[in-house]
Amino acid sequence: MKKLALLLAASALASAFATSAWSKTLVYCSEGSPEGFDPGLSESGTTFDASSKTVYNRLVEFKRGTTDVVPGLAESWTVSPDGLVYTFKLRKGVKFQTTDYFTPTRDFNADDVIFTFDRMSNKDNPFHTYVNGGDYTYYADMSLPKLIKSWEKVDDNTVKLTLTTPNSPMLADLAMDFASIMSKEYADKLISDKNLLQLNQKPLGTGPFTFVAYQQDAVIRYKANPDYWDGKQKIDDLIFAITPDAAVRMQRLKAGECQVANAPSPADIPGLKADKSLTVMEQPGLNIGYLAYNTTQPPFDKPEVRKALNMAINKKGILEAVYPGIGEIAKNPIPPTMWSYDNKVEDDKYDPAAAKAMLEKAGVKDLKMKIWAMPVARPYNPNARRMAELIQADFAKVGVGVEIVSYDWTQYLKLAADPKHDGAVLAGWTGDNGDPDNFMTPLLSCDAVGSGNKAAWCDKEFSDVVKKAAAVSDKAERTKLYEQAQVIFKAQAPWATIAHSLVVLPMSSKVKGYLQDPLGSHRFDGVDIEN
Amino acid sequence: MFGFFLRRLGLLIPTFIGVTLVSFLFIRLLPGDPIIAMAGERGVTPQRYQELVQQFGFDKPMMLQYFDYLRGVLHGDLGTSITTKRPVLAEFRNLFPATLELSICAIILAVALGIPAGVVAAVKRGSWIDQTLMGTALVGYSMPIFWWGLLLIIFFSGYLGWTPVSGRISLMYFFPPVTGFMLIDSLLSGQQGAFSSAVSHLILPSIVLATIPLAVIARQTRSAMLEVLGEDYVRTARSKGLAPFRVIGIHALRNALIPVVTTIGLQIGVLMAGAILTETIFSWPGVGKWMVDAVFKRDYPVVQGGLLLIAGIIMIVNLLVDVAYGFINPRVRK
Repeated sequence: MKKLALLLAASALASAFATSAWSKTLVYCSEGSPEGFDPGLSESGTTFDASSKTVYNRLVEFKRGTTDVVPGLAESWTVSPDGLVYTFKLRKGVKFQTTDYFTPTRDFNADDVIFTFDRMSNKDNPFHTYVNGGDYTYYADMSLPKLIKSWEKVDDNTVKLTLTTPNSPMLADLAMDFASIMSKEYADKLISDKNLLQLNQKPLGTGPFTFVAYQQDAVIRYKANPDYWDGKQKIDDLIFAITPDAAVRMQRLKAGECQVANAPSPADIPGLKADKSLTVMEQPGLNIGYLAYNTTQPPFDKPEVRKALNMAINKKGILEAVYPGIGEIAKNPIPPTMWSYDNKVEDDKYDPAAAKAMLEKAGVKDLKMKIWAMPVARPYNPNARRMAELIQADFAKVGVGVEIVSYDWTQYLKLAADPKHDGAVLAGWTGDNGDPDNFMTPLLSCDAVGSGNKAAWCDKEFSDVVKKAAAVSDKAERTKLYEQAQVIFKAQAPWATIAHSLVVLPMSSKVKGYLQDPLGSHRFDGVDIEN
Repeated sequence: MFGFFLRRLGLLIPTFIGVTLVSFLFIRLLPGDPIIAMAGERGVTPQRYQELVQQFGFDKPMMLQYFDYLRGVLHGDLGTSITTKRPVLAEFRNLFPATLELSICAIILAVALGIPAGVVAAVKRGSWIDQTLMGTALVGYSMPIFWWGLLLIIFFSGYLGWTPVSGRISLMYFFPPVTGFMLIDSLLSGQQGAFSSAVSHLILPSIVLATIPLAVIARQTRSAMLEVLGEDYVRTARSKGLAPFRVIGIHALRNALIPVVTTIGLQIGVLMAGAILTETIFSWPGVGKWMVDAVFKRDYPVVQGGLLLIAGIIMIVNLLVDVAYGFINPRVRK
């Protein structure tokens, strides 16, 4: 036994020495495997971390740590006065990565931009359906097929985007992962090799890191791109160690097997904070957890009933029990870190007595209702069951009986989207691009009834204001319109807004220069590590 | 013996067809579908949903979908994963060696410790040794794998620092897979320390995965031995003055092994079930976790293909067990 222990200790020590001998290698314990490496085909943050955030760039980018849109592969752009035409001046001298599977012969140019968007929109492009059942879902979900009229090459370094209708969130949309710019030259080679699938398996972009290898469900390896247009990264090697279990990720972080670990369980956070070798970063997430009443079902079709129920919910209690130290009370449908957040809006005051009186006044007596609790932990709601139980107890105090129901996650998503569902649904959202439209339209507009609008709430005034806000380009004017939308939302109360959660990211204290992304992704450009 | 083998082999055909049908229906009977799973919170408009249903071919009659699938299977095409867009067979081939390597280590551990423990417990029947061994086996059998795995990680990896937390080999080693078995590939790589790193990564997951089969084998061996030790021929052997080691090790154990071999064969299914949790805890890139993820994402081709392949392997193992049984006990060949 003693010998075995010695042998094991020696082996562990050897590994530790070997690790310290590495020159600037950063290991990130990620939560899952990427679905593939073509960001256009995916909607998963895990896939984006492994593909678009490392290997690729976009025409415009989100500035690190913010949702501000800054130049990327386009160094500048102009928008026509009618808001319909965007002209992008492309950066010159940008090189695609050189790998063992492809050596580019030319720099990035307008053909690459045209190819990138053509493959998503043009059914005749060989890459439109190059993977079986593959689909550019995100592109479609952001309504781009309807919004984009054409992409045109003006010259090698200029492209023109024409829209069918003015749309202010367009720039933010183009900074999203699915809009990552691919190499046409590489795609052409794959066509001539009759190996189109490789585009989704061995990525090649202009980004800060070059893809090296992927061992399925185990490890993804990258090295710093020596030709990166924004300068070579400080770390030489980047490794994603795929570790699906949260508790094990944290053990790996503590043992030094990785330097950054994603998504700790709330219960592990105090222990991580107490560990002196670790830094625990926190940032308000661009998210919301809410309870959506089915506004087509009596008595929830009456705003005063919804309002009264909102007043019966003790959000402070929920925050302490469900989001211990990792959340804040929500009063608007968008988080406070988002521009146009209206802080003047007053939240429904927790007042069970007044709530009971309001319900009686509205003629609601002996109400029995269902509350749907998600079966899974989500970033915006770590424990929906517990939250449902707390709301059940709160509602009991005002004479409303609650039956908690839950379904398998895919079934839950399907049934909750159906406007005929019974009761109120616990749901949530994490923003895609930092634009308020990305909360208001998919979650609350009339067009989203039957899909993302779980309250089945169709308020014409609200929808019109939101539509108008998306069409104007002046930010001050848009802000006013979104503020107006928040006032309408609060008065109509289709949801009980519960909480915005903090995004927590523990890492080794040796990691320097990491900036948390408000959109929840993980970027390692600009990051350094002490030896 | 050959006829016996052929009869057993013939039985596999209806079982195989049954498995294709069950695996096809099983995932489709679960509520929800891959389109809803992929859309997540955003949801999908009814119109877009219809488009995608057509694209995936889910609008075809169920029977037609099944025959398409069966035709594919007979041509060696198990379809493409809806999530990763890679062929199911290629993914399985990538991941299965990891599961097999872990399962082999676990079953070796379980047999190597379980049979001696069962024999000792039977020989020392009723003593404190018997009670301790069987009590431990009962605890092992009832242990929730997830909790047990985490406990071992926290103690041996976190507190003592003896073993790595998870993975198959230290991340510093990087070589292309040749066989997919890390122990072999690490030796082939010629990189110093790679093999010992692979061994150290196997220790905890093997212990965790072996725990339940070990307990079952130990208990089965004990009861089989007790039965055999009471037989007349054992008494005769003893009265002839044979050494106790020969009586127990050769005369008794050989006959007691018949039900034990069957039990070991049945443990392959248990190993597969245990692999799902063990692989999740130890970030072990095998087929167990792959299948569970596919069920959650309603990745029909992966669930169908994975179930079929795993069922096929279990059928073959059971066939081999039957054949081995036929060797040990000629009466079953009839």
